[in-house]
Amino acid sequence: MSAINTVVSSIVPLPIENIDTDQIIPARFLKATSRDGFGKNLFRDWRYENDSEAQPKDFVLNNPTYTGKILVAGKNFGCGSSREHAAWAIKDYGFDVVVSSFFADIFRNNALNNFLLPVIVSEGFLQKIFAATEKDAATQVEVNLEKQYIKITTTGEQESFDINAYKKTCLLNGYDDIDYLLSIRNDIEAYEAAK
Amino acid sequence: MAKTLFEKIWDKHVVKEIPDGPSVLYIDRHFIHEVTSPQAFKGLEKRGLQVFRPKQVVATADHNVPTLNQHLPIKEELSRIQVQTLTENCKKFGIDLYGLGHPYQGIVHVIGPELGVTQPGMTMVCGDSHTSTHGAFGAIAFGIGTSEVEMVLATQCLMQSKPKLMRINVDGELKTGVVSKDIILYIIAQISASGATGYFVEYAGSAIRSLSMEARMTICNMSIEMGARGGMIAPDDITFDYMKGRTFAPQGEAWDKAVAYWRTLYSDADAKFDKEINIAAAAIEPMITYGTNPGMGIGVTGHIPALSEIEEKEKPSYEKSLHYMGLEPGANIKGKKIDYVFIGSCTNSRIEDLRMVASFVKGKKKAAGVEVWIVPGSKQVEQQAIQEGIDKVFAEAGFMLRQPGCSACLGMNEDKIPAGKYCISTSNRNFEGRQGPNARTFLASPLTAAAAAVTGEVTDIRELI
Repeated sequence: MSAINTVVSSIVPLPIENIDTDQIIPARFLKATSRDGFGKNLFRDWRYENDSEAQPKDFVLNNPTYTGKILVAGKNFGCGSSREHAAWAIKDYGFDVVVSSFFADIFRNNALNNFLLPVIVSEGFLQKIFAATEKDAATQVEVNLEKQYIKITTTGEQESFDINAYKKTCLLNGYDDIDYLLSIRNDIEAYEAAK
Repeated sequence: MAKTLFEKIWDKHVVKEIPDGPSVLYIDRHFIHEVTSPQAFKGLEKRGLQVFRPKQVVATADHNVPTLNQHLPIKEELSRIQVQTLTENCKKFGIDLYGLGHPYQGIVHVIGPELGVTQPGMTMVCGDSHTSTHGAFGAIAFGIGTSEVEMVLATQCLMQSKPKLMRINVDGELKTGVVSKDIILYIIAQISASGATGYFVEYAGSAIRSLSMEARMTICNMSIEMGARGGMIAPDDITFDYMKGRTFAPQGEAWDKAVAYWRTLYSDADAKFDKEINIAAAAIEPMITYGTNPGMGIGVTGHIPALSEIEEKEKPSYEKSLHYMGLEPGANIKGKKIDYVFIGSCTNSRIEDLRMVASFVKGKKKAAGVEVWIVPGSKQVEQQAIQEGIDKVFAEAGFMLRQPGCSACLGMNEDKIPAGKYCISTSNRNFEGRQGPNARTFLASPLTAAAAAVTGEVTDIRELI
């Protein structure tokens, strides 16, 4: 998959807490056998009224004022089901980064495995991003993976974020875990033999 | 050095440590189903790989199967293709499949334990967050995404960072009408839907020890609903009695040897946890949820929190949730009319759950206008229910006994709750749209659900027993 490093973009704000994977992609859209095309049903039941094609204007993805490659959401984003389709849908829609003050564990792993960067910020910084975007929807946010910081370019405010060194190397270079695990097959067989 | 139950198992499964990174963890058993596996098999084929250890993988079709007329071809095309794809992949890669029509078919987290595939001391994964269920046997069991399913198929290993450890002690005796589902709904309501994120939880204490395996599974099952990666309970004689003689459990000498090892699987007296929570069993009432995450639960005689009880910054999310549910802040939940009752899911669809419901409804009838679906967790549960005559009790009460599958827990097949309708459900999630677009879910125990089926409204079971 393609490596990621720096993303500079306006953001799409979703200041709701506990957004679960059933909201990100409802179960009835999990019937595909490929990884493609989930973006069209991202946030399906918030984006479309009563399962129709009508798009309520008050949902942020239907509001042309807000666009960008960075999704910013309230705490405990991605809780619930382990469906990787949630990460696929967000990536397929066109986001490269999700920012929240707290991610559910499985979602975070799924995002990392799909080169969708989950950035954990403090609750205070999260509110600053929402405030800056409310003031000016075109506000640019810079996410720098190499140097591990996120910055609101208009105000210059920034915060550093954590990511484990192994995963960072994978993301910067486009490596995935399977490549690594296949490379240590001898260790795995030795472990089995000793068991 | 003193170790926790978790550490004893984890340490035995580390193949390799990566400095400043995750560990390579060996996986003993891998369950797969039709929804989260097809893309993983595609990935293997793209890389020209075989399944590394096909005999350590068990497959079933559950999420997407109809629960009526399972002998007929699946009507819905996409579902049929997905189930067929699983069948083809299992054949191609040499994996045992308990698909539709097989006497072992059922919800993956019901069949693993009932077949004896699930065993203490194992590491187990599945592309499903409720894999935590198997922790009830003293296993490290957790849900994974499809990329990770592919990793395990390819190498029988995963890259995992060691989680923090939490112990939740529930001590004392449960009150009448309070069952294991109430314990876990109470815990989640106490610590919130994200209160255990980053942790693996061990459940301990006298109230937990007194529970049957089915009841322990219900508790471990919902660990994920407070954000925990998994939950576990140290194995004991209740565990071994449940397992003995099951199809894939060790037999004869191997059994004795296994039990001797399993008896070493407990947290040492001075083992350290990152967090510890104590709960008095007597404080727990029959529980019910009123909102759109499983942490939004109250005792059935309680009231929905008033706006004044909610923190300022949480108000928008709270109001959105109650608006979806069509409920008023500060109102009582008891007496709220319901339209559907769903008794099923990997949380509460085992024989003990069905017996519990049957013993309460025997001789009673469902309320007019209420539709009641009972969906057994597996073919074996269904057969057992028929043998015990439970099917007749349900029929006389006007309850519909359907065929095994995940069903209305996630509404992936046609078993959906219509928009705006209220369903009291023994499943695990009350998320918006979970049981169907705009469906409204109250999570509760099988007993509380059965009481509502009879009265047509949210009821305190203690008034009826």
